[in-house]
Amino acid sequence: MVVHRSLTRIFAAPLVIAIVSTVGLISALVGDGWWDAVSWVALGLPVLLYLLFIWRRRPN
Amino acid sequence: MTATTKSLRRWGAVHKWTSLICTLFMLLLCITGLPLIFHDEIDDLLHNQVKPAEAPAGTPPANLDHLLASALAQAPGKVPHFLIWDRDEPGAMWVSVGPTIDADPTNNLLIRMDTHTGAYLDSPDVTGRFTYIMLKLHTDMFAGLPGKLFLGLMGILFCVAIISGIVVYAPSMRKLRFGAYRAQRTRAVRWLDVHNLAGILLVAWTLVVGFTGVINTWADLVLKMWQFGQLAEMTAQYKDRPVPSKLTSLNDAVEVARHAVPGMTPSFVAFPGTLFSSKSHYAVFLHGDTPLTSRLLKPALIDAETGTLTDSRDMPWYVSTLYVSQPLHFGDYGGMPLKIVWALLDILTIFILVTGVYLWMRRRRTGVSQERAIANAASIDNPALTS
Repeated sequence: MVVHRSLTRIFAAPLVIAIVSTVGLISALVGDGWWDAVSWVALGLPVLLYLLFIWRRRPN
Repeated sequence: MTATTKSLRRWGAVHKWTSLICTLFMLLLCITGLPLIFHDEIDDLLHNQVKPAEAPAGTPPANLDHLLASALAQAPGKVPHFLIWDRDEPGAMWVSVGPTIDADPTNNLLIRMDTHTGAYLDSPDVTGRFTYIMLKLHTDMFAGLPGKLFLGLMGILFCVAIISGIVVYAPSMRKLRFGAYRAQRTRAVRWLDVHNLAGILLVAWTLVVGFTGVINTWADLVLKMWQFGQLAEMTAQYKDRPVPSKLTSLNDAVEVARHAVPGMTPSFVAFPGTLFSSKSHYAVFLHGDTPLTSRLLKPALIDAETGTLTDSRDMPWYVSTLYVSQPLHFGDYGGMPLKIVWALLDILTIFILVTGVYLWMRRRRTGVSQERAIANAASIDNPALTS
């Protein structure tokens, strides 16, 4: 029997990613140079995580 | 059935219907939006443009009255609507001309001029371009304002679909780790995982790009609101004056505006009688120099008969909201790397849409109700789905 996960556990990681994405969306608006770089990393994170999870073909 | 299950089924129904209605249009928007992220690069690649003359730093700009006269010499019988400084190419400016001053400016001819020499460069017909066709499909599907507002409505449904998607993500993940991708299972399971994973990873981005897109569909209405609100207020005393028979110097008007709003740079001038001005004024719109303030315009109204400043105010909040929402939709505010990230996120959004439609069709075929499937975590292991 698999233990059911609580809502807090289900949404912890998505919440962090949403906050990081929001920082990325705003950062490049605020300034240039480093501010842009923060945006690239912060918004690149969801893409990177997607590829990571899909390619990590772990047997069940 | 518990109250939670009942409520989850309702959210599942919301997710299903809002998604189904908007998916086809969202696919169109994602696919046409992809090349639009790189529209400058694509235009450069596909179309030859006359390059402005090399001008060393500090070269003074040409006198705008001369520049305007040379531009109008290229378009006999036309009247100027707008003078626009090119955002990305400081060596070039645009003069937008129409048959009459009250003609629809979207059909205007655009004449490209050299900022420093004031010489004519070219007047490309952009309406046949690939990027133009993509832009029209993306903004109004060649259906004008109704098309725009319709796509705005689809955007609202998309946002509702995302929010309801967050809710139904929970029951789906009750037994799974974050980021679970069951590579060994059937396609229905794998694509459900892709849908959940990409959907939840992109929540913030899709909501922001979706909602700022909706705001952009209201641009024409926002302009009208500004026209009848702040602009009418600023020019109230001119309401009953006749249209000036002879306009004062454009160059002087821009200089007056520059002095009236120190620290800001002219972005465009609207001629008297256009949508962006009164019958009696040059409206010089200036912008700031940070990524954010460069999007916020401030008009300075110059009496086109006397050449003096009438008024200059910050735009009201609803116009500022529109201007700030534009970069957040286009992704053009953080250089080429941000554009590439934007494109990748757009492609992942296409994955979300396609897997979503697939899951719906699959469940329909196997006779599992979508609401029940969403509300019931165990449905992932339902034999109907995994067979």
